[in-house]
Amino acid sequence: MEIKDIENLVNLCRIELSEDEKKELLGEMDSVLGFVDQIQKVKIEDLKTEAGELRNIMREDENPYAGGEFTDDILAEVPDNNTQDGYVKVKKIL
Amino acid sequence: MVIDLKTLTIKKAHEAMKAGDFTAQELAQAYLDNINPELNAFILIFDDVLEQSKKADERFKNGTAELLTGIPMAIKNNILIKGKRTTAGSKILENYKATYDATVITKLKKVGAVFIGGTNLDEFAHGSSTENSAYGVTKNTYDLERVAGGSSGGSAVAVASDMALVALGSDTGGSIRQPASFNGILGLKTTYGRVSRSGAVAMGSSFDQIGPFAKNIEDIKIVYDCIKGEDKMDSTTLKNGRTEELEQKIDLDKKMTIGIPRHFLQEGIDADVMENFEESIKKLKEKGYEVKEIELPNIKYSLAVYYILMPAEVSANLSRYDGVRFGFKKEGENLLEDYMKTKGEGFGKETRRRIILGTYILSAGYKDAYYKKAQVLRNIIRKDFEKAFSEVDVILTPTTPSPAFVIGSKGDDPVQMYLGDIFTVSSNVVGNPAISIPSGFVERDGKNLPIGLQILAPHLYEDVLVKISDDFLS
Repeated sequence: MEIKDIENLVNLCRIELSEDEKKELLGEMDSVLGFVDQIQKVKIEDLKTEAGELRNIMREDENPYAGGEFTDDILAEVPDNNTQDGYVKVKKIL
Repeated sequence: MVIDLKTLTIKKAHEAMKAGDFTAQELAQAYLDNINPELNAFILIFDDVLEQSKKADERFKNGTAELLTGIPMAIKNNILIKGKRTTAGSKILENYKATYDATVITKLKKVGAVFIGGTNLDEFAHGSSTENSAYGVTKNTYDLERVAGGSSGGSAVAVASDMALVALGSDTGGSIRQPASFNGILGLKTTYGRVSRSGAVAMGSSFDQIGPFAKNIEDIKIVYDCIKGEDKMDSTTLKNGRTEELEQKIDLDKKMTIGIPRHFLQEGIDADVMENFEESIKKLKEKGYEVKEIELPNIKYSLAVYYILMPAEVSANLSRYDGVRFGFKKEGENLLEDYMKTKGEGFGKETRRRIILGTYILSAGYKDAYYKKAQVLRNIIRKDFEKAFSEVDVILTPTTPSPAFVIGSKGDDPVQMYLGDIFTVSSNVVGNPAISIPSGFVERDGKNLPIGLQILAPHLYEDVLVKISDDFLS
């Protein structure tokens, strides 16, 4: 792994890091990946079929709450009270 | 009157409140008076403790009191209580007030339990020492120079130091059992799906479970029985009817066999911890348990599997903290900068590290080599345990290879810290229940430090853990 890989990753997960911390992280990533790489010793024939039975469990969206029931409580948590007419205000996206 | 908090149990407290020996308000006050800020077990003490206890007293008067009515509890501060600050040990949630109750809290409110405060934890439960908390480290009950363990260190110390009678924690890789062992109390990680996680701040959703801390096994069972059960708000919870049917079929009176994975206990364990473990086995033999050596051929990979899958899940779960709807926000020039600055400043070091590691593991080109491979290994480890549990009733290991370590002593290499989870992670990987119970003391720097015995049982066999713990401790 190189510093540009760390830069790519922090952009992907949208975390701002200082240059010093990127360097520090590079060493730590090597250490953790070096440790977890032991699983490569295990030979597995077919990843796809052996990857397991986990699946999503969905439920019907029945008996929804009345509209607006929790709006005030939820909007009260918006940083800097950045709300208007029951909505959260965000900066321009496009 | 003076209440002897050291020897108090839920049943004793209940009987005393019923008989009028003391009120729930007096009991809560006794615990509040006993809070030692130096230990830093609590991030916040609730301001309505006496109000809650007053309601409990009314239930004793009108005859509707249940076993947990008026019982003072400490709650890990990553479990939501409506209207209370729930920080998850992070700066990013410093001022976040929960907008709803976690399901476990709804259940405990219904029986009238009293919540003393929110306890300290490693940020988002990322750690084994509470050193990663944005609110300072929690000190060990037995030595102020040492860590409380983690991530539920605050809950463990609150119970061990009599600042609450019982507590709730969460366990993703050992976060209930390890601090229980470091502070000489009991901690139960419940079967995956037996206790709802709705309202618990998510870390690794295929591992996380909520469970109790207590000073005796009876209290563990009382709290567990109250919080367990199906919940439509957590689709991973097990269906009530079928689950209970299975549990009722368990034969608690038969002669039980204990499995010891000796091949996994060869290195990395302190000599006196191992000696204590041998004594524990001997003790159970004397109590009539059969002991058998077992093989778990792939358990050695469980820590690596955990440190691949867990950060992957963390990176997905923590993407919600973006400064838009709740929590901390740091303004930038545009929306993308808002995100970058909010996360960069709001998250602590270990949390940032885990998100970035998880992002790497899930990124194109690495997903098969890490994530998928670890998933396959997880199934293989699960099958190893199934086979072992067809030969023995429970499996025993020490809870940790060493007692509580000195604050700051693990240095900067994250792997050194991760290695301490070696015995606890496997039951999160597999999903079976496991308990840590106090097994004695070892001496370090002239101080006696508690250590724990870990007992692992098959899925839903919590009652077997209770029985063996009871036999061991009585």
